[in-house]
Amino acid sequence: MPSIIDVRHVHKAFGGLKVINDCSIQVEKGSITGLIGPNGAGKSTLFNIIAGALPLDSGQVLLDGEDITNRPANELFHKGLLRTFQIAHEFSHMTALENLMMVPPRQAGENLFDAWLKPGLVRREEAEVRRRALEVIDFIGLHHVRNELAGNLSGGQKKLLELGRTMMTDARVVLLDEIAAGVNRTLLGDLVSNIERLNREMGYTFLVIEHDMEMIARLCDPVIVLAQGSVMVEGTIEEIQNNPQVIEAYFGSNVA
Amino acid sequence: MNELVFFINNVIVAGSVSGSIYAIGAIGVTLIFSIMRFAHFAHADMMTFGTFMVLLLTLAFPGVGAVVGLPTPIVMLPLAIVLTALLAVGIDKTFYKPLRAHGVKPIVMVIASLGVTLMLQGLIRLFSGTGAQNLYLAGERKEIYRLEMPFELASRPVIVTEPQIILFVLTIVCVVGLHLFLNRTRLGKAMRAMSDNPDLARASGINTNHIVAVTWVIAGGLAAIAGTLLALDVTFKPDLSFFLLLPIFAAAIVGGVGHPYGAIAGGFVVGFAETLAVFNWAVLLRPFRDSLPEWLAQAGNLAFVGTEYKIVVPFFILVAILVWRPTGIFKGKVI
Repeated sequence: MPSIIDVRHVHKAFGGLKVINDCSIQVEKGSITGLIGPNGAGKSTLFNIIAGALPLDSGQVLLDGEDITNRPANELFHKGLLRTFQIAHEFSHMTALENLMMVPPRQAGENLFDAWLKPGLVRREEAEVRRRALEVIDFIGLHHVRNELAGNLSGGQKKLLELGRTMMTDARVVLLDEIAAGVNRTLLGDLVSNIERLNREMGYTFLVIEHDMEMIARLCDPVIVLAQGSVMVEGTIEEIQNNPQVIEAYFGSNVA
Repeated sequence: MNELVFFINNVIVAGSVSGSIYAIGAIGVTLIFSIMRFAHFAHADMMTFGTFMVLLLTLAFPGVGAVVGLPTPIVMLPLAIVLTALLAVGIDKTFYKPLRAHGVKPIVMVIASLGVTLMLQGLIRLFSGTGAQNLYLAGERKEIYRLEMPFELASRPVIVTEPQIILFVLTIVCVVGLHLFLNRTRLGKAMRAMSDNPDLARASGINTNHIVAVTWVIAGGLAAIAGTLLALDVTFKPDLSFFLLLPIFAAAIVGGVGHPYGAIAGGFVVGFAETLAVFNWAVLLRPFRDSLPEWLAQAGNLAFVGTEYKIVVPFFILVAILVWRPTGIFKGKVI
């Protein structure tokens, strides 16, 4: 299987603190790969590096064979690499629907000249984007709050909006950063089936950071365990759960 | 009634003039703040630069205005807008962008903009000389419109000059245009998105470098308009910006920094506060002289502050707003 994300020997330090230390991971095309590890293992940092939100110190990141090391996030977005944020981000002064409508790339209205000279084209595109945004907002179950300012939504609703964002465009890889945190159990079931459906039907590849082991067990294969900035083990969820090294990293040595 | 006409001329007209100029300037300051999160001190000098460009172009092509039927400086304004927008983008690329790339604190950007202020002012002074210059060259005259009041007692007219009328029209055009831009166009919405959450904007595929450039184009263009219209109303001076910087920042803060409509409101608040403060209220009391106590009737000058101290008014407003309502009239921070 070809890997769609290939992280090669990445190093990243904040001051003297080495957060990512010679870390190499591969994410197979079409997989839902889990990324777990104790707090401070460098999961989110690694995410930010892949997503172009943080510059790396050394190493290389490839997207489907193309070198994307240190490319800005907006460029990666256009290459089909999307991410959600651990702490849900939203455009708080726009409505939930407008938040989704911001996403689709390269609309004609973004060009200063087209915006004035081709109003017909811009309007048709807007109508199309709006239709899609309404579909997505139905899908994530936020139809009833679509005209609320996104800043007023609850934490869980913001998380759903994050997932909705990734559905507004044809992504190749989606990085999900603790999408389940703060979402109630019923919604969580929907969320998981949505992710599975996007993976199966649309061919999205997912890389998932999650603390909820139940969700990891249901969703992810393979699972990568990160500890102290590099890969500790990689395998199926059963292999991971029975690995003494992992148990030690999570619970401390005296438990095992 | 002549007293009332005097009031209209000195407060309503004059206040609208400075209010418009402050508003257009403050929109630029507030947009830059909401996108780049720093107070751009060189803004008033970008205004001076725009005016200077108009002056140079007017000197180069003095006859153009007569052909079109407008004052030459106004005909040259679009070109000056383009030049100032280019200057703004250039300054950003040369001075601010490298700092942003290093992720410096906003205060470093502020200090850098102070440096740009000194540099721009020096450059302009080098080429224009230090004296005041009239933008009306080549024998053109300021058209003055005298509006006779339909009251029997009013023998004096309300006076409005041509540049003032152009100023009012352009202010309305700028405000409406900005409103449509921010709310209707995709680019305007992307600007609002970036001022709301730059990380998310990037993760949503918005090219933030492009947005920054657009912001400078708009701010630079508006600066050229405001500077030129001020210079048309009075004269061009290389240190024009010193008289503008404080009121413009006061206007932006009064309205709530980062809030363009607030900047417009703030501009007019500061403009009218200035003219009301220096207005000699004794004039309005004159008709009631007989019924007033002697000490009030005798007073020759009842202005709150002397004209020479006009600049303390925006300063006072600034302090007052920062103490009592630090977020401004409208809550600021995000477009």
